[in-house]
Amino acid sequence: MANPILTLSGITKTFPGVVALDKVSFDVRPGEVHALVGENGAGKSTLMKVLAGLYHPDAGEIIYQGQPVQIDNPLAAREKGILLIHQELSLSPELSVAENIYLGAWPTNALGVLNKRKLRRDAQAALDAMGCSFGPDDRVGTLSVAMQQMVEIARSQAFSANVVIFDEPTASLTDTEKDQLFTTIRGLQAQGVGIVYISHKMDEIFELTDRITVLRDGQVQGTVTTRETDATAVTRMMIGRTLEAYFHKADSSFGDEVLRVDGLSLKGQFEDVSFSVRQGEVLGFYGLVGAGRSEVVETLFGIRKADRGTLQWHGEEIPLPSPRQAIDLGMALVPESRKEQGLVLMMGGMENTTLPHLASYARNTVMDRGKERATFDEYKDALSIKTTGPEQAVATLSGGNQQKFVLAKWLCAGPKLIILDEPTRGIDVGSKSAIHTLIANLAERGLAVIVISSEMPEVLGVSHRVLAMAEGRLVGEFEGEAMTEENLIDAVSHHLARPAAE
Amino acid sequence: MQTEVKAFLRRHGLLAGFGLFLISVALSADAFLTPGNIFDVLRQVSITGVMAVGVTFVVITGRLDLSVGSLLTLLTVIVVDQHNTSGPAMAILITLAAGIGVGMFNGVLVGLVGLNALIVTLAMLSFLQGLVLFYSGGSNVNVQNAQTTWFAVFGRHDLLGVPVPALIFLVTAVIAAFVLNRTVFGRQVFAVGGNETASRFSGIASRWTVFWAYALSGLTTAIAAVIMGSRVMGAQNTIGQGYELTVLAGVILGGTSLLGGSGSIWRTVLGITMLGFIQNGLLLLGFPYYIQWLVTWAVIILAVWIDLGAKRGRILA
Ligand SMILES: Nc1ncnc2c1ncn2[C@@H]1O[C@H](COP(=O)(O)OP(=O)(O)OP(=O)(O)O)[C@@H](O)[C@H]1O
Ligand SMILES: [Mg+2]
Repeated sequence: MANPILTLSGITKTFPGVVALDKVSFDVRPGEVHALVGENGAGKSTLMKVLAGLYHPDAGEIIYQGQPVQIDNPLAAREKGILLIHQELSLSPELSVAENIYLGAWPTNALGVLNKRKLRRDAQAALDAMGCSFGPDDRVGTLSVAMQQMVEIARSQAFSANVVIFDEPTASLTDTEKDQLFTTIRGLQAQGVGIVYISHKMDEIFELTDRITVLRDGQVQGTVTTRETDATAVTRMMIGRTLEAYFHKADSSFGDEVLRVDGLSLKGQFEDVSFSVRQGEVLGFYGLVGAGRSEVVETLFGIRKADRGTLQWHGEEIPLPSPRQAIDLGMALVPESRKEQGLVLMMGGMENTTLPHLASYARNTVMDRGKERATFDEYKDALSIKTTGPEQAVATLSGGNQQKFVLAKWLCAGPKLIILDEPTRGIDVGSKSAIHTLIANLAERGLAVIVISSEMPEVLGVSHRVLAMAEGRLVGEFEGEAMTEENLIDAVSHHLARPAAE
Repeated sequence: MQTEVKAFLRRHGLLAGFGLFLISVALSADAFLTPGNIFDVLRQVSITGVMAVGVTFVVITGRLDLSVGSLLTLLTVIVVDQHNTSGPAMAILITLAAGIGVGMFNGVLVGLVGLNALIVTLAMLSFLQGLVLFYSGGSNVNVQNAQTTWFAVFGRHDLLGVPVPALIFLVTAVIAAFVLNRTVFGRQVFAVGGNETASRFSGIASRWTVFWAYALSGLTTAIAAVIMGSRVMGAQNTIGQGYELTVLAGVILGGTSLLGGSGSIWRTVLGITMLGFIQNGLLLLGFPYYIQWLVTWAVIILAVWIDLGAKRGRILA
């Protein structure tokens, strides 16, 4: 067996109030894919940020290519051949693909002037090596999430990386894009690159990886060979108990119609969308990333202004609301992107939780902190959020725990309709099934629930009825027996296969 | 150890440096730490201080208000002039209304229409300076019954041995701190400055939040103008010149971030007061009065630098 290209031993990193990493040892061999798994807040991202030079460990040693090294900053890491593909993409949308690939290391001549030709040529070579369909001059902001990720990965070619770290890379990819990504990863593997793969998705881990290391509360629980274990065993190592493998579908009787939408249209985004949802019902929206699902619910919530369409709320026709009016009616929208749309990162968990409902946490416009604190405590427990206290800025929470605060802020006011846009993105297996149970409980309590998800098993597992959407149009509605993976895929791909002219 | 020192300096470096400065000035200028001088400084900083309290709201929303210098001039001219024609009570009311009005006008352009704050308020700075000359016809105005009017209370009198303007500063700060930290509006100000998109998704009317922040800034400048008018008992056409930068320097010296989303009234009070003592100390050490412009410059650069450093540190480390 090949010697490790990279070995971490005894790495410790503390933040005020938390030991994020506790004497962690970990190694990567050339040509292997090594999975790093663990609950939200276990320390996975922190460990990888240590490797990428973003954090400096309090103690411990990093041996790279046989030599003890110190990694001072991300650029140094990249120059050594260690590349981190972030959990949240970190490209500059205004710059070109080539400029992004070489960000911080642009080729210059003796006078410090950017050598554009060399930049383009090198970038093109890196893109070719990965089989990318876009060019070095494209502006990154115009690319899809998957393509942006390819841009980040292209750095591995540009800097001839020896170790590439993927932190939850598939969180916002469609299945096809995921397959492409896996092909790319296998390509890197064949070049002898050592790969670290962080994910909460067991199927991916068993499909892709050679070894699995489990972190829990900042400590290594063990490293196992993927072929010799199974998902149940790994889950038990992660959370200390086994999980039921099935979805809990709400066992509710449907009541009155809560929302009915007719002919909702927004030019360039979606056309003629009509549907309704009843009390106690979980309505799923399936579609590929970019199908227009988020745009539809953002319009319902008043973030975007519709061109046409009517809305009935509890059987009464109402004008399309502003976000404030939507909230006051009893709508809640857990948005797609927690950092941009969901949270004020500098604020603590408590202030984020009460933000949409300030008036109800105030007496004569003065905030009632005791009441806020009670809500914070309630949801911290209910969603088992890992945080040091109400004031800890959510910026410093792990990705999954941030997501839980986005849920908390929309659950705490007792909405009548809750719209969840990718509610389990970045959430660990244990909490994920907790959220599925939560969805079921909400419906059983008589809420109308809309769930948008790109994960087929999730949509099928939690919903009573599923709408399929493609290119801004509803292309199918499935209920009961008809709710199968084949039907959903058929509906979506049929539409996409049709000529664009119609 | 080394990192702890760094962290300490980052957090308390300004305060520590200021302490050293105070001690060294006190050692070389006997007059520095006398009650008379301290009250003089307090009287001086209360004008910029009251203004800075309002501007702090604007800065926390992630915007700027550079119009307050000219606005101070205009409002001081108004309060003095109206004092002669309409009497002190009416003059104060008119001044407050005019201050809020100009603040709201900025608020409409920056908040509701969404224009760039720097440009809008810089243009307003110039516009108001022009308006001053229109209003005054280019001549200075003076209070006619300066010796007898009760208007003198705001700038010239003491209460229980403390200058009234310093008390006004304190009361304004206490109320503002309460509004910022404890009320719905204050929370909205932080949210909008921290993440405007997420605020909108939370049903906060972010544009109106910005609007009201500017209105507040206009109001506090009006209060400052009342103090100024009472203290000087007159107004020149340039009386508030450069105040916008002194105010801004005080706000960021206190540590309120220009990037928005964080800051506090007490930090602003501290920043403005420190700035006042630094300028006074330098004068007592025998530097010419125009040293204050250089100090303002140095403080702004230094404070912004530290702020950016801290931000970068927080994002990366
Ligand atoms: N800059 C920071 N300041 C304070 N605490 C931090 C900071 N960064 C991380 N932490 C804490 O360290 C712990 C580990 O976080 P980390 O992001 O590594 O978790 P993770 O395993 O990647 O979780 P997830 O699956 O949710 O992404 C968490 O408790 C988090 O709150
Ligand atoms: Mg993470």
